[in-house]
Amino acid sequence: MSSAQNDYFQLFALSEQFKIDTKLLDANFRKIQSTSHPDRFVTASAAEKLASMQLATLSNEAYDTLKNTARRAKYLLEKHGINAVADTNTALPMDFLMQQMEWREQLEEAKTGKDISALDKLHNALRTEASALESELADLFDHQKDYAAATEVTRKLIFIDKVCSDIQQAIEYLD
Amino acid sequence: MALLQISEPGMSAAPHQHKLAVGIDLGTTNSLVATVRSAMSTVLQDDHGHALLPSVVRYAPDGAVIVGHEAQAQQSADPTNTIVSVKRFMGRNINDITDRAHIPYKFVSASEDQAAKILQIETRSGLKSPVEISAEILKSLKSRAEKSLGGELVGAVITVPAYFDDAQRQATKDAARLAGLNVLRLLNEPTAAAVAYGLDNASEGNFVIYDLGGGTFDVSILHLSKGVFEVLATNGDSALGGDDFDHRIYCWVLDKVREVTANFAPLTEGDTRLLLTKARQAKEWLTDNFEAQVLCRLSNGILVDVTLTADQFVEITQHLVIKTLSPTRKAMRDAELSISDITGVVMVGGATRMPHIRQAVETYFQQEPLTNLDPDKVVALGAAIQANVLAGNKNDDDLLLLDVTPLSLGLETMGGLVEKVIHRNSTLPIARAQEFTTYKDGQTAMSIHVVQGERELVSDCRSLARFVLRGIPPMAAGAARIRVTFTVDADGLLSVSAREQSTGVEAHIEVKPSYGLTEDEITSMLKASFSSAEEDKKARMLAEARVSAGAIISSVTAALAADGNLISETEQNAIKAKIDRLQTIAAADDATAINQAVDALNHATEAFAAARMNASVSHALSGKAINSLEI
Repeated sequence: MSSAQNDYFQLFALSEQFKIDTKLLDANFRKIQSTSHPDRFVTASAAEKLASMQLATLSNEAYDTLKNTARRAKYLLEKHGINAVADTNTALPMDFLMQQMEWREQLEEAKTGKDISALDKLHNALRTEASALESELADLFDHQKDYAAATEVTRKLIFIDKVCSDIQQAIEYLD
Repeated sequence: MALLQISEPGMSAAPHQHKLAVGIDLGTTNSLVATVRSAMSTVLQDDHGHALLPSVVRYAPDGAVIVGHEAQAQQSADPTNTIVSVKRFMGRNINDITDRAHIPYKFVSASEDQAAKILQIETRSGLKSPVEISAEILKSLKSRAEKSLGGELVGAVITVPAYFDDAQRQATKDAARLAGLNVLRLLNEPTAAAVAYGLDNASEGNFVIYDLGGGTFDVSILHLSKGVFEVLATNGDSALGGDDFDHRIYCWVLDKVREVTANFAPLTEGDTRLLLTKARQAKEWLTDNFEAQVLCRLSNGILVDVTLTADQFVEITQHLVIKTLSPTRKAMRDAELSISDITGVVMVGGATRMPHIRQAVETYFQQEPLTNLDPDKVVALGAAIQANVLAGNKNDDDLLLLDVTPLSLGLETMGGLVEKVIHRNSTLPIARAQEFTTYKDGQTAMSIHVVQGERELVSDCRSLARFVLRGIPPMAAGAARIRVTFTVDADGLLSVSAREQSTGVEAHIEVKPSYGLTEDEITSMLKASFSSAEEDKKARMLAEARVSAGAIISSVTAALAADGNLISETEQNAIKAKIDRLQTIAAADDATAINQAVDALNHATEAFAAARMNASVSHALSGKAINSLEI
């Protein structure tokens, strides 16, 4: 496989930036799958089946990475040689850490109280928080090109994503 | 019967020739086979005009295997040798069957091994695995199709509940192979229903498929757009279905009879089967009536005569209806959609005829569910459409199914915890790798335990496979880097590989969990079913090898003519040399040598195939760019 197509942005014919045209991402994802999906190669040779499986798998992975903002930011940083989740990359401002502990407490409280609506509310609050971070990232990545600052915001977004999925899981167990 | 077409020796069949492919709905209660004829998906009927084949297999005293209505008629008279709802036991071990007391079969565990206690059923024809029993149903449908279509099938799409786990899927595929079917694809039932429904109605938007079958419940949420059916989320319960409603009626009837009968003797197996049949009839009657009478005489002479009203039926089964709504909510959350985003709700499965089910779904989604396609047939109709596409009969490429894995897949880590590697609702095919490390200094082997499920503890998930990775160089704890790769193909089937990579020393193992039957068992069963002489077998193998040689030569030659410029002349010549070699070998009579030369040619074209794939993707995307410029 050519290296061009191992680049997720190039694979979907998108320019390499944080703010992307998600409609185009969706449309091009479907086009790539329409061309490469194993269903198109059921009666093909083993070599063609292999090529189909590889490209369909790659485009699923790439799509999954780019459509989620936290994963997209992390991937962009990797392109600039920065591992946002490296053990050495732990610095986060105190106020965010305090905020994060507060969210965790609220989550535990709602879990103990079996309060699904409180969980829903917390989830919505976190989504609002996340979209503010996403606007910040668009500015840092696409205009200021300040990758050090983008790393910190990305780490915050990853934290929020994790809390969100823990909330979802809690709702599921209660339901 | 139509006459079979035979092409001239050495000539490949005309490209436009219609290939016979079918869709099979292998159901808990009933099974169906459908095909696309004259651009219409149609369910095939048996000689008596029946579309539904009851999924009942009877092992008769004379050694015959009877499938369908005739077997069903004998189920009360011969309960232990007449297997109904075998789908419930597919890929299951004996401990999975929690309501054994109510099932008249003699279950036997096939293996002493705790991890692979595949169950079998004792019949007068010997021990039968659910795979073998299901294969009898599939054989019956296959012969119905071949009789009706007048030729040999090139393949079949077999449907499975979306919520089937890896063990259940593998068992289904094994059953199809045992029945001599070439499986084009395992297709999730709700996705199949969506295809039949969506194409019929030219729909666009977000659709919920609520599929309550005889023994399984699935709910899938799909986004339909321009022929692409994208599954956003799926959920369900692989042990909840119409059978459970029958069982509630059965228990209720028994309670009523016990109230008025002193010294009620234990039921015989025949009585159990009789009462369950009466319960099912009462359930079906209540769809259009206010009350149902359950009337029959048990083997001990007791007359059962009770009346169940529709209200009472709702009361004793409402908890089952509610049980379907929890997976429905989960799927909605995973799809990140709210009720107002839903364009339509499609009802699938005979059990959705029950009015209180429809009512509950209507209340939850705030819209009347769609029932304009027969809920018993819609899955088979959709499977036939997909089979037609996969067999290559339809070339306009306007139908594409993007399905997901229903359950998360992971590994056991220290403390009996699960580390998820692939999350549920990931689009297929998918490959994902994760690194693990050693726990102790000098550790040279690692036990890898593959599990499926959503829970945090291994003990709450389904164990799929265990294997040991050996040959890890002794290092300090935490220094080794073991990369474990999970791959799930388009059938939803998993394979796992692991390798140690920190030192460059490679230890590699490939695991494909198999349930019920081993590869060797299937091969020997298949061989036994060919009664032909050794010479015939050889001739058949040679003929098959030559057909596949011819197919690959013509496809690679055509590919080189069209896209040879994608690779260097040296590479082209290397491929041409392999083609020449295969042509020479194919002229001789050695099937094994031909197959090896086919493999060699395949291998030689891998880079070329990848280059062509990339080129066609680039072409597809640039086509889009030009279109958008024109607008």
